[in-house]
Amino acid sequence: MESLTLSDVEQKYYSDLFIYCDTDNTKKVASNGRVLDLFRAAQLPSEVVLQITELCGATRLGHFGRSQFYIALKLIAIAQSGLPLRVESLNSVKDLPLPRFVVGKNEAEARHAALYQDADSQGLYPAAGTALIPRPPGRGHQNKKAPPSSTSLPAHEVIQPLAPSIETQPETTSPVISPHQSPPTSPHSWRKHKRQHSGGNTDRQQVVAASGAVWTQFREPQTGPGTGDGMWSSHSPPPLPSQESWESTTIRTVASATTTNEIQRQSSSYDDPWKITDEQRQYYINQFKTIQPDLTGLIPGSAAKEFFTKSKLPILELSHIWELSDFDKDGALTLDEFCAAFHLVVARKNGYDLPEKLPESLMPKLIDLDDSAEVPEPAAEVVYSASPVEVTPNKSPSMPSLNQAWPEMNQSNEQWETFSERSSSSQTLTQFDSNIAPADPDTAIVHPVPIRMTPSKIHMQEMELKRTGSDHNHPTSPLLAKPPELSEETKLPPTMKFVAANTVGDGYSSSDSSNSDQEPVTRQRSQSGASPEALKVVAPPPPPPRPQQSHSRSSSLDMNRTFAAPSAPGQPQPSTIAFPPAVPPRPLPTQTSVPLTGHRVESEGVPAGGTVLTATTSPQQIPQQPNFADFSQFQAFAASEQPSSLPEIDKHSEAGQVEKISEGAGPLRAVKSDGPADERTTATVNSAKCSSGPLAPPPKPVRRRLKSEDELRPEDEQLGPQKAGAIAAPLTAQPSIPRSIGKDKKAIQASIRRNKETNTVLARLNSELQQQLKDLLEERISLEVQLEQLRPFSHL
Amino acid sequence: MAVCIAVIAKENYPLYIRSVPSQNELKFHYTVHTSLDVVEEKVSAVGKSIGDQRELYLGLLYPTEDYKVYGYVTNSKVKFVIVVDSSNTSLRDNEIRSMFRKLHNSFTDVMCNPFYNPGDPIQSKAFNGIVSGMMVQTG
Repeated sequence: MESLTLSDVEQKYYSDLFIYCDTDNTKKVASNGRVLDLFRAAQLPSEVVLQITELCGATRLGHFGRSQFYIALKLIAIAQSGLPLRVESLNSVKDLPLPRFVVGKNEAEARHAALYQDADSQGLYPAAGTALIPRPPGRGHQNKKAPPSSTSLPAHEVIQPLAPSIETQPETTSPVISPHQSPPTSPHSWRKHKRQHSGGNTDRQQVVAASGAVWTQFREPQTGPGTGDGMWSSHSPPPLPSQESWESTTIRTVASATTTNEIQRQSSSYDDPWKITDEQRQYYINQFKTIQPDLTGLIPGSAAKEFFTKSKLPILELSHIWELSDFDKDGALTLDEFCAAFHLVVARKNGYDLPEKLPESLMPKLIDLDDSAEVPEPAAEVVYSASPVEVTPNKSPSMPSLNQAWPEMNQSNEQWETFSERSSSSQTLTQFDSNIAPADPDTAIVHPVPIRMTPSKIHMQEMELKRTGSDHNHPTSPLLAKPPELSEETKLPPTMKFVAANTVGDGYSSSDSSNSDQEPVTRQRSQSGASPEALKVVAPPPPPPRPQQSHSRSSSLDMNRTFAAPSAPGQPQPSTIAFPPAVPPRPLPTQTSVPLTGHRVESEGVPAGGTVLTATTSPQQIPQQPNFADFSQFQAFAASEQPSSLPEIDKHSEAGQVEKISEGAGPLRAVKSDGPADERTTATVNSAKCSSGPLAPPPKPVRRRLKSEDELRPEDEQLGPQKAGAIAAPLTAQPSIPRSIGKDKKAIQASIRRNKETNTVLARLNSELQQQLKDLLEERISLEVQLEQLRPFSHL
Repeated sequence: MAVCIAVIAKENYPLYIRSVPSQNELKFHYTVHTSLDVVEEKVSAVGKSIGDQRELYLGLLYPTEDYKVYGYVTNSKVKFVIVVDSSNTSLRDNEIRSMFRKLHNSFTDVMCNPFYNPGDPIQSKAFNGIVSGMMVQTG
């Protein structure tokens, strides 16, 4: 890796950069800010930069030695070219462009400082604006080495080449003054430039444009010494009358204000050869005016054609330039488009190849820029932020020149904006529209439907399950709290919906309850005779809005109340109760019937549990209970209910506690409509829940419960009513809590047994059916064979 | 994916013709040429029946055993012809229509270019790009 071969250009460039970064002049560059800024300016993702750092060995050494630095620079160039970072590619990649670093406005400053050690540069420093670190005025050669700021790294890079050149060539210290001086090393492009110039561009436009192009071109190679000189030398006037104006411009730039522009140009050349400098732009604007006095107007295609034909470029290339620059494809050129086209023409005439796509800096702005016509005054201008790449807008807070640069920054900002607008131009916009199609309302989540995790709810659901037998498979669904369920709920019968809406505060529970309501209702219908009370659930009209909407739990309490009360009240109420969410029973279910109906929507388990609890715990417990207390009630209840609930549980559950619970919830719900049966089921469910054990993971058990409920639904339907009865008995029995644990285990085991039995039964059934299927298939095959045999004869 | 795309001027000479290079280009040129007759036939037929209104998309001009030829004519009597491989059965009518639409759009862009003289061969890179995108990607 250490054996790095660099071309002369690279060598020079890298050495300049190294010198720039080598602030301490120790011949080894620590990972100081400048180096990092330099790397950052390379516009590579940070991981790439890290990789580069590692590859070049700086991490190993802890600092950048000269060789490491060179390697890093070469890797940056490789990365910028899009090639994978490999050590082998260091020497194998040929014709690698020089690494490019984003130029900040500071670069203008830096360059300026490097070039001009006069007060003008001082004035320009502040004007640079983007520099994070204000550069002390009056820097001369020193400035070349002293980085004004981290952001001016690129500037420094530029400076570096200039510095040595300036130092080495004293006569060029004031290149500005003597534009005619030829630099010792002129980049080939410049030579070509001069050739072109001398080619006899009598067209003034061309000359000026060429000079502009010279500048850009100058930026491009960025070889070491003589860049600044080269620029000037390239400016060395072509033998044309326009030279004076051209020189005057250069002198002007030298003078003060415009120097910054130049610096900017130079700096910008680092990152973007297509950037239009202020002078160029001004020139273009003037030319635009000759064709179209209104700067906001359009140049028709024919006029533009004539104009650009004068440049004597081949029609094919002009056609391509037009394609690139007519951004809105309207056959006419706006000011921006015209400038872009002109710039491309200039570039082409100076030997640049036309790009395949319009460079970003040439993208026409969608917003009209009034200040495009305002050339920043020499006094302190600054950064021509034509390129959105420039960081300028952010970094010129303190610089007084900022104000002046502001219009430019605005321009750039607008360019930024417009550019983005451009990106969403007509073609893409349409595509966008199609993509923006609103999400499928069916999939739209109405609102999150969290599953109620309160154990009590689960208990309630269990109890419901038990009560309602296998009819209800849905209870778990609400617990799942899927948003789609919510949407499904909307499809529910109005009663259900209404109930859901009534859920106190719990949109979620309401969804649950509504879901559960739906299902139990349907199941109940299916049961028909099985649970007459369940049928009643379907019957009742939408319950009145629950009063307790204030707090969620209250609904459960209400349910409790309703359950408690209701064994008597009759079935319609219990039916409503059937679906209340399994929220721990409220301390004071003040209203029974109302909440019942309302709560129905709530998670089924809770109300069921609540009601059950109320039933079991009796009113005295209810008032005292906070929501959580209900849990214990459930437990107690469950414990007490376990013995009775076990048989039901066995019927319901197929596998494990979870399913038991879910089953309990299912039947529980269904049973709820049965009134006392509901209570029983809830109790059983509750107990099942308890038995199933930990209330901790309520949602999961609930879900499984639901599933199992589904599976067991056909079976449970028959079992439901039975369970309800069974549950009712134990329900009224007792309230002890401590026994719950032991009962839980037994219940679990019982349910396991039951599940296994069901399993075997189903397995047997399955095998029988399989056998039948096989027989049928064989029959069918034989029949088909017969048919085939008979067919040929049919023709005869 | 088209195998050959051609743009024929009003005077029935090609403004742009490009085929998948791996195959015998001359064959495609000939196919396109012969398809012009069918295009004329369709254009005249449609014109008479509907009158002023005319469908730009002509549809399948004629199929051969190897490929199918689709046609499209603009209001300025510039014809687009797309030759599609028959084995490519997945191409539906809609896709062909969209291909023609894209062609038409880029042709319009070419026309908007003041440096393009109508009747010149189309040398626009953008147009080339669009066409390449539609051609069969056979290396």
